[in-house]
Amino acid sequence: MAVTSVLRSEFFHNYRHSASAIIGSGLMALFAFAVIAGPFLVAQNPYDIAALDLMDSYKPPVWLEGGDPRYWLGTDGQGRDVWASILYGARISVFIGVVAMLASCALGTLLGLVAGFYGGIVDSVIMRIADIQLSFPSILIALFLMSAVGTGVDKVLIALTAVGWVVYARTVRGSTLSEIEKEYVQAARVAGLPNRKIIRKHVLPNVLTPLIVIATIQVGTFVLIEASLSFLGVGVPITQPSLGLLIKNGFDVLFSGLWWTSVFPGVAIMMLVFGINLFGDFLRDELNPRLK
Amino acid sequence: MAQESETPLLAVRDLRTWFHTFSGVVKAVNGVSFEIGEGEVMGLVGESGGGKSVIGFSVLGLIDSPGRIEGGEILFDGEDLAQAGEERLRHIRGRHISMVFQDPMTSLNPLHTVGRQMDEVLRLHTDLGAAERRKACIDMLESVGISRAAERLKAYPHQFSGGMRQRVVIAIALLAGPRLIIADEPTTALDVTIQSQILKLMRRQIAEKGASMILITHDLAVVSEMADHITVLYCGKVVERGRTRDLIESPAHPYTRGLIDSIPDPAARHDRLRQIPGSVPDIRALPKGCNFRERCPRAQALCAETEPDLTKQHRSLWAACHFPLVPGDVQ
Repeated sequence: MAVTSVLRSEFFHNYRHSASAIIGSGLMALFAFAVIAGPFLVAQNPYDIAALDLMDSYKPPVWLEGGDPRYWLGTDGQGRDVWASILYGARISVFIGVVAMLASCALGTLLGLVAGFYGGIVDSVIMRIADIQLSFPSILIALFLMSAVGTGVDKVLIALTAVGWVVYARTVRGSTLSEIEKEYVQAARVAGLPNRKIIRKHVLPNVLTPLIVIATIQVGTFVLIEASLSFLGVGVPITQPSLGLLIKNGFDVLFSGLWWTSVFPGVAIMMLVFGINLFGDFLRDELNPRLK
Repeated sequence: MAQESETPLLAVRDLRTWFHTFSGVVKAVNGVSFEIGEGEVMGLVGESGGGKSVIGFSVLGLIDSPGRIEGGEILFDGEDLAQAGEERLRHIRGRHISMVFQDPMTSLNPLHTVGRQMDEVLRLHTDLGAAERRKACIDMLESVGISRAAERLKAYPHQFSGGMRQRVVIAIALLAGPRLIIADEPTTALDVTIQSQILKLMRRQIAEKGASMILITHDLAVVSEMADHITVLYCGKVVERGRTRDLIESPAHPYTRGLIDSIPDPAARHDRLRQIPGSVPDIRALPKGCNFRERCPRAQALCAETEPDLTKQHRSLWAACHFPLVPGDVQ
């Protein structure tokens, strides 16, 4: 019953007829699978020193001369399988992107609700901080924060959240302002509901829809920012290499003809972000009533 | 004062609610007094911007910045709500005083079922268990004329028509057994054919439950059908009040006369609808003297000098006018 109504819905109809939606969600599903099942797909744990063999270092991809069938995308300087590194690295990249998105969304939504509902000085302070933050490139803010708090996965998450909350706060504040004008919010106040309950039960559910699009696209943005930070050497530590750090590691030998160690992780990032953005665009068209 | 019961349920005395905007102080309610006894219906009438809704929100303590209750008393059952804390007011709202809004399209949350929005009120204001609350909701929906109430609890607001939605809003307002209901233009957004149904429903419900009601409207035809008393507001002040029949049959204030004359009368077939000339003056900079004098056919020099006080007129009427109408006057 529920399944047939989903299959018959307009949303699903549009999904089936949109190439970008199918390609985007396909790529996202591929990465979701890789992230979950990655370690079971490869024979070598690239971060287990005992599993590495220095004799296998810098093997080219399997279709080039000297390629080793065990390492179909080649190996890096420690004899690490590039394919295995990508699967492990994608885990970290996606984990950081998704967790930072959830944290930004929670923080930004909370601040936006408070600013919009209470207004006045609270609103002014929150929104001016947001304005100031928007006037700097986000990579600059993240870079500054990372050099202040140090490196590590948790520090990257803090930096990305500090950058990412603004867009939610602004969107939620705007929708909150228009929602609280509606009589059902007045009616809830008249019914004697405390403000916290009104915000949680009546305003919050009505301001969430536009956030779905922002959140989707932001995962892609965060993966890129994290990759940039790691490439610049202020991101994740060498023991937890993300896709960005893999590019950096391979970059040193890129012009010695050993291109595969950095190009393949780069292609992986590109596919991931491309898929997210394609699907995000589809969602935006679907969920924005003005574009219909 | 024309007073019916010994201790009124609600007595508003010299209420002043002002809004401090950047372009000046808006004295939306400026020295309004009235009383409502148990089981009475009072009509609060006036043009748009006359401060009618502000009175309703003042009684509930829901005036937001930059608005403020500057002075006066709001005695509900002897307790001054103008002095009550937010905690106390929240207990009173919904439980003892509730409100019906103008537009049933926006006064229900589109994302929650009707049942959930009803249940919310009962959970907040009663100690009933889930099954009892459900039964109370079903009974209430049935009593406002919604059939298959148990099924309808699971429906969302968009699955109801405008009139049905207003019935739901009324049901929610009545749910906790309030003693006073403030109805802010409850039929304005409805089809004319539905209006009288809803009015009848409200009158019956109020009589059954023994509640009192403030009926805020610009429509004298509506209040004359519903109200025991009428208070007419102009520029945030009471210009006339009295029993409904006295006030409708022969008002003392020229403004009330104008409002009555602008009700279209299908039998009379004037070439044009009658109207009150001019418009409500800018409430931030009211002229000296009587606020209505620039639109008043009876205005004389005195009206520009001093503002008239509310004084006893014929029958039950009180009016604020230097040259009031008396029964038999033809304007």
